[in-house]
Amino acid sequence: MSVATEMKRREFLKAGAALGGGLLISLYVPEFVPAARAADSAAKPVALNAFVRIGTDESVTVISNHSEMGQGIYTSLPMLLNEELEADWARVRVESSPVDAVYNHTVFGLMMTGGSTTTNSEYDRFRKMGAMARIMLIAAAAQSWNVDSQTCRAEKGFVIHTATGRRASYGSLAEAASRIAPPKDIPLKDPKDFTLVGKPVHRLDTPSKTNGTAQFGLDVYIPGMLTAVVARAPVFGGKVVSFNADQAKAIPGVVNVVQVPSGVAVIAKGFWPAKLGREKLEITWDDGPGAALSTVEMRANFSTLSKTPGLVARKVGDPAAALAGAAKTITAEYEVPYLAHCMMEPLNTVVDLHEDRCEIWTGTQFQTGDRAAAAKVAGLKPEQVTLHTTLLGGGFGRRANPSCDFVTEATEVAKAAKVPVKVVWTREDDIRGGWYRPMWYDHFAAGLDASGNPVAWTHTIVGQSIMAGTMFESYGIKNGIDSASVEGAADILYGIPNLQVDLHTPKNEVPVQWWRSVGHSHTGFSVEAFLDEVAHAGGKDPYELRRTLLAGQPRMLAVLDLAAQKANWGSALPAGRARGIATHFSFDSYVAQVAEISVEKDGTVRVHRVVAAVDCGRTVNPDTVKAQLEGGIIFGLTAALKTEITLDKGRVQQRNFNDYPMVRMFESPTIEVFIVPSTEHPTGVGEPGVPPVAPAVANAIFAATGKRVRRLPIKPEDLRSA
Amino acid sequence: MISFTVNGKPVTVEDPPSTPLLWVIRDSLNLTGTKYGCGMALCGACTVHIDGQAVRSCVAPVSRAEGKKVTTIEGISPDLTHPLQQAWIEIDVPQCGYCQSGQIMSAAVLLAENSTPSDEDIDEAMSGNICRCGTYPRIRRAIHRAAEISKQRGAK
Repeated sequence: MSVATEMKRREFLKAGAALGGGLLISLYVPEFVPAARAADSAAKPVALNAFVRIGTDESVTVISNHSEMGQGIYTSLPMLLNEELEADWARVRVESSPVDAVYNHTVFGLMMTGGSTTTNSEYDRFRKMGAMARIMLIAAAAQSWNVDSQTCRAEKGFVIHTATGRRASYGSLAEAASRIAPPKDIPLKDPKDFTLVGKPVHRLDTPSKTNGTAQFGLDVYIPGMLTAVVARAPVFGGKVVSFNADQAKAIPGVVNVVQVPSGVAVIAKGFWPAKLGREKLEITWDDGPGAALSTVEMRANFSTLSKTPGLVARKVGDPAAALAGAAKTITAEYEVPYLAHCMMEPLNTVVDLHEDRCEIWTGTQFQTGDRAAAAKVAGLKPEQVTLHTTLLGGGFGRRANPSCDFVTEATEVAKAAKVPVKVVWTREDDIRGGWYRPMWYDHFAAGLDASGNPVAWTHTIVGQSIMAGTMFESYGIKNGIDSASVEGAADILYGIPNLQVDLHTPKNEVPVQWWRSVGHSHTGFSVEAFLDEVAHAGGKDPYELRRTLLAGQPRMLAVLDLAAQKANWGSALPAGRARGIATHFSFDSYVAQVAEISVEKDGTVRVHRVVAAVDCGRTVNPDTVKAQLEGGIIFGLTAALKTEITLDKGRVQQRNFNDYPMVRMFESPTIEVFIVPSTEHPTGVGEPGVPPVAPAVANAIFAATGKRVRRLPIKPEDLRSA
Repeated sequence: MISFTVNGKPVTVEDPPSTPLLWVIRDSLNLTGTKYGCGMALCGACTVHIDGQAVRSCVAPVSRAEGKKVTTIEGISPDLTHPLQQAWIEIDVPQCGYCQSGQIMSAAVLLAENSTPSDEDIDEAMSGNICRCGTYPRIRRAIHRAAEISKQRGAK
């Protein structure tokens, strides 16, 4: 939908009603102003609740309160709703919701998309919304026919009176249905009767993503809008002391240069003059303490810390005694670097600020926070700020910024410049802009008994906290332990009788944030690679040892067996090739992967094939689950093989895809994804594919070369054979 | 003033000749299907055709288009009927979708030059296009499928 034709929404009147399942379902009496749409008034859509509108043209619009960033939710949520609504699927379209409490995440209590939680948290609500609307449509038809509702049924967009075969379309009934009191009791289908959920369904957004019409934030143009780029401090925490914009203003097309808290904004007629203008700015910065930061030094400090006791995140049995009494002990240190999210669409935000209202267009994962932040900057109430969620050209966590950095900054620019403005980040701004996946160090010790089984496991983690100092602190930090730092470590599924996980949380100026799979992105690697070391130290096959340790975990055992079987674990491979295996439990889903690799003479790692098995409960759109696993594997491979953010004298040393390279087509393996059928409640799929791939590759490298990889990204120079 | 055609339509723009074609297409001509990803010809999101050749428009000055035929994603078919679009939809290639305009424009040149590309041909032609969502395995499948669709159409 284009910006110009998008309906203006008036403030909804709300009447809350608590329904079954503990979900609060508010019922709107919505008023849509048919702005610029007079011609369409015949098709005026009617809202049956906050999540679905039906037009007299038979269109069914599902309102998504979750952001589409590639994960397929703009199809999965409508599927859930329509499973119960029984409209004609061909008529179903999707639209992003405004910001309102009714659209809050059922668990987080804010409007946001993240943590691989959308399907899991909306599985009941969207079906109930569809069922509610269907019941109201049937009631409206029954009323007009003067028959009992119980004698009518819904089918493909029609209500049918079974005895007489009389039919009325949803579009013709919507108006009357909207005046029917919403039902109190909303029974849902038995899943065995699902006709849509669980079947592979084509994504609703694919056509628009193949002809250029899909609208991302960067594609929003509003009347009178100028484009801004911001010169931000070259060192985290730095401030502008003074600046000279004379040369910048001399660039044709540059309209204004303004100072904002995050730096200096050049505002121009289009991106290109803004960027040229920024290059001509002369700025004196006060770097602050961040100027001393060096990742080389931090690595040394983290390494030292990792060998000292930290806060205990989990303790089982007596690991110290078990280690002391073990037949064999091994220790190892693992490390991963800072990583940038690098969504293909760099950050951007359009702000149209007026004295008494503000309108914002952006691809965000965090609507409630961003709207509140913009309101604060603008001196308005959150209700005076209208935030339009566009499609997101990738998110991976970056667009759910706890400090609302990009929307705050864009509002500051609009406020200072007093014009409608689109703030655009360049790729360099993105890579150098912070909010990285933290750098992490992991120190392990394991004790093996005489038969080679692990009887003790200690794991000390060192890394910055993501949630400290944010609005998520009280939710995510207990007794000084940020759950995101120890996830995937403190909750490992392997049955090891004596176990301890410690945490150190150093602080520095580098802003850190959730990055697809968050803490699991390091614990998946370190735990699974160290477990491989344990297997070899004990003379066990890595697959068989995992089977033994997962005896009490039937769901993980099943995915492990499935992945191993599909990858022909143990069978012969062509010379030079080897397999590695890993499992990881994250976002309540179970994943196992087998990677098949070879290492070239110059140390280059080629990943030929990855076989993945997943148990994510009941699947809504199985093809989307496969796509998310495929994508997660490629995302994880880039982290395994390619990328690191390093700092020297406080400066980020990478700038674009030349020195922060992504896995490309020629490096992309064959990927096979297998889903374990399940009737359990759906769990996450956006992130769980990421963690197991790096350890599967690292373990395969050991199998191929005898060399242990304990640091990401994997460096060819460490694996060179000649 | 620089004149050229975009998707068959003649246009004249007043942008300075050194302005990258990408920003002329987006900011001056308001065709937003062509994307910005890196500004250094490293990611392929901005790929368009100039006289049938794939060009990274983020580094190509608009002066390079003078008198030439520029095709953007909006111009490859009026109705989603290009074999690549059909294959992309059939296989549900896109995830976030942001890079896909560039992927399709690169693939279109590959297919125009090689009606039955091998995996190696695809590697060579498509490795300039980054997809952060990791849709490469599906892009590969979809290019093979588009080649098939083209062949079937040709046989009719």
